[in-house]
Amino acid sequence: MEGYINGIGIISPQKTFDTPDFLSEVVEHNSKALYSIEPSYKEFLNPNLARRMARIIKMSIAASTICFRDAKVEMPDAIMTGTALGCLEDTEKFLWAIIHDDEQFLTPTSFIQSTHNTVSAQIALQLKCMNYNFTYVHKGFSFESAVLDALMTLAEGEAKNILIGGHDEMTDKYYRVCDRIGYFKQETVPTMELINRKTNGSIGGEGAAFFVLSKDKSETSYAKLRGIKTIYKPENNQEIENKINELLASNGLTAKDIDVVVYGNNGDARFDKTYTHLQDNLLKDSTSTYFKHLCGEYQTAGSFGMWVAAKIIKTQTIPSAILIGDNKSKSIKNVLIYNTFLDVDHSVYLLSQC
Amino acid sequence: MSNKIYITGIGMISAIGNNVAESLASLENLKSGIGTLENVRSRHKDYVPVGEVKSTNEQLTAMAGLTPDKQSTRTALLGLIAAQEAVKSSGIKNIKEFKTGIISATSVGGMGMTENLWMDYLDTTKSGDWLKYIEAHECGDSTEFIADNLGVKDYLSTISTACSSSANSIMFGARLIKHGILDRVIVGGTDSMSRFTINGFMTLMILDKEPCKPFDANRQGLNLGEGAGFIVIESEKAAQGKEILAELSGYGNSNDAYHQTASSPDGAGAFMAMEKAFKVSGLKPSDIDYINAHGTGTAINDMSEGTAIDRLFNKNVPSISSTKAYTGHTLGACAAIEAVFSVLAIKNNEIFPNLNYKTPMPELSFKPTTTLEKGKKINHVLSNSFGFGGNTSALIFSRHKAS
Repeated sequence: MEGYINGIGIISPQKTFDTPDFLSEVVEHNSKALYSIEPSYKEFLNPNLARRMARIIKMSIAASTICFRDAKVEMPDAIMTGTALGCLEDTEKFLWAIIHDDEQFLTPTSFIQSTHNTVSAQIALQLKCMNYNFTYVHKGFSFESAVLDALMTLAEGEAKNILIGGHDEMTDKYYRVCDRIGYFKQETVPTMELINRKTNGSIGGEGAAFFVLSKDKSETSYAKLRGIKTIYKPENNQEIENKINELLASNGLTAKDIDVVVYGNNGDARFDKTYTHLQDNLLKDSTSTYFKHLCGEYQTAGSFGMWVAAKIIKTQTIPSAILIGDNKSKSIKNVLIYNTFLDVDHSVYLLSQC
Repeated sequence: MSNKIYITGIGMISAIGNNVAESLASLENLKSGIGTLENVRSRHKDYVPVGEVKSTNEQLTAMAGLTPDKQSTRTALLGLIAAQEAVKSSGIKNIKEFKTGIISATSVGGMGMTENLWMDYLDTTKSGDWLKYIEAHECGDSTEFIADNLGVKDYLSTISTACSSSANSIMFGARLIKHGILDRVIVGGTDSMSRFTINGFMTLMILDKEPCKPFDANRQGLNLGEGAGFIVIESEKAAQGKEILAELSGYGNSNDAYHQTASSPDGAGAFMAMEKAFKVSGLKPSDIDYINAHGTGTAINDMSEGTAIDRLFNKNVPSISSTKAYTGHTLGACAAIEAVFSVLAIKNNEIFPNLNYKTPMPELSFKPTTTLEKGKKINHVLSNSFGFGGNTSALIFSRHKAS
């Protein structure tokens, strides 16, 4: 199973749209929760429509539009998105109205837009795209399920270009609530120091990242996506290594062939152990990179990681802002992404030069 | 690669019963589960009839065989009860014997708990073990709760495409088997009643103040329901030597791309989903013996779905009924619950009636079945599920040839 990443559109806490630059300059938020740098939506949406839409819907529509332009694709053969939390802002709005006004005087807009499938539905609606349309909502497997579905769909043979996306938003209330259960650090951490902080919790994040995954290579191709595996509650490091080796073997590769690994290190002392183990053992000969200091931690952050991996391959560069240790790579053929959300949902992706 | 998808286990819980046997008895005895809301505190309780499971969360915890400290959200508990029954009915002794996954579906996840605790979550002066429900809000949490209790580990995912969610979990699970990624998947969905959904549907003005009347010219809207349904699907290899209840022979997914909440008048998306399901199954419309319609009882759905069915079947529509007047509309769980009904229809050669139907819709060629029809051989059942966001899905269940 494989597909070509032929287009990307990503809105994130970094300057990731409207620029060919690849993290040579990093936006340092130095904050406990990172919010996206957003475009002007006039270019993407009718202002009347945009006014009624929550931020995450607008971010996602803009990101998917940028993605289609990048891939030179107008109509996808399928749309698959991953989001753990759906449209939080509208969910909170409707919930607040129910509680505050005791179930009276409610209007439907925020309820309609609160459902998890709003983004994939809105993209289909804007394009009048009647094709296959799925929304995956499984915590740290949300985006990863969309990726697997897309690879299966391409293998089934009828689809040529598929839109996949990961989107989740940070809100003030979500931050306050999840701060109570240890998700976030109690101190503000400068962006470039996150990885060395040995305290519990990470920094909050968000983003909307969309990709066109295609059957055929094109002039716009970034990389070839060659597989993904998810691991639920791994019992030990051996289980993780076995899964990585399985993914590599099914593509005729071994760990020695991996030039770069993109890790989900998030500065949380509780969950660093898997990354450290892989960096010191199975994948010790590869160049190590990380990305969550740039986008923050969120359930679909793997989609930001996929952007990083695809850009590394296409530009054949590794920005210093994402390096862990030394750059050992001359030419970059094969890149792995290894990510976990809360040490429960683990995932590994394989990308190669095409 | 297994081309056949065998159904070897079924499980469900809803307003018409805590398990498959109770549900079948209600279906056969024309006993609806629609009644007054009891377990959710809402100012609308006397005006909005619902299909509610008449057990408290504590009782559901006990029903699932868990100690009180293991209690979770209502969505998770309902899901576990149905999934446990499906696994038991499939005769699975060792869940680790084959590569086994779970694909669940839900529309509200842990909202039933969140809406009661939200203000306390935001008030840092309050604390308690209820803080554990913060994480349980996420849709995936109920799936992980079910997986952990069943010992399923090889693959987990959760789907939310509004009212078509669990049709899509069945479809995704089947494709995971066809691609050889899994041998066996527990697929279905679960949703619990919440003020959030009740009020949401009220603002859309599509709730009937009386028991719903799907496909009736005077239909006034839907009744909300809650529940869970799961089926065990297996590859030919994993199902070897087991009783095969039915096969999942076709599936199709499409998007109406017409409006965020309303279906198109001509049901273009519904038509495409059914057409795709026929293509996958290799069957033709005349092979279908029974259609378990989505049939919510809203003006728009029944018109849109009925029009698409009339067009696809060229007005030669086989026996058709909506079972929503029994269970209410269980949202993310409805397609899985109706998958169980479809399997029961094939297993017992019977068609469950469309309750509360009196007046034909002048726009449609067909009238739904209104009595329990027994005796006609049921080989193939088409089951539709459509949702907000234009999500339309269709599944085809077929008699296993050898039976």
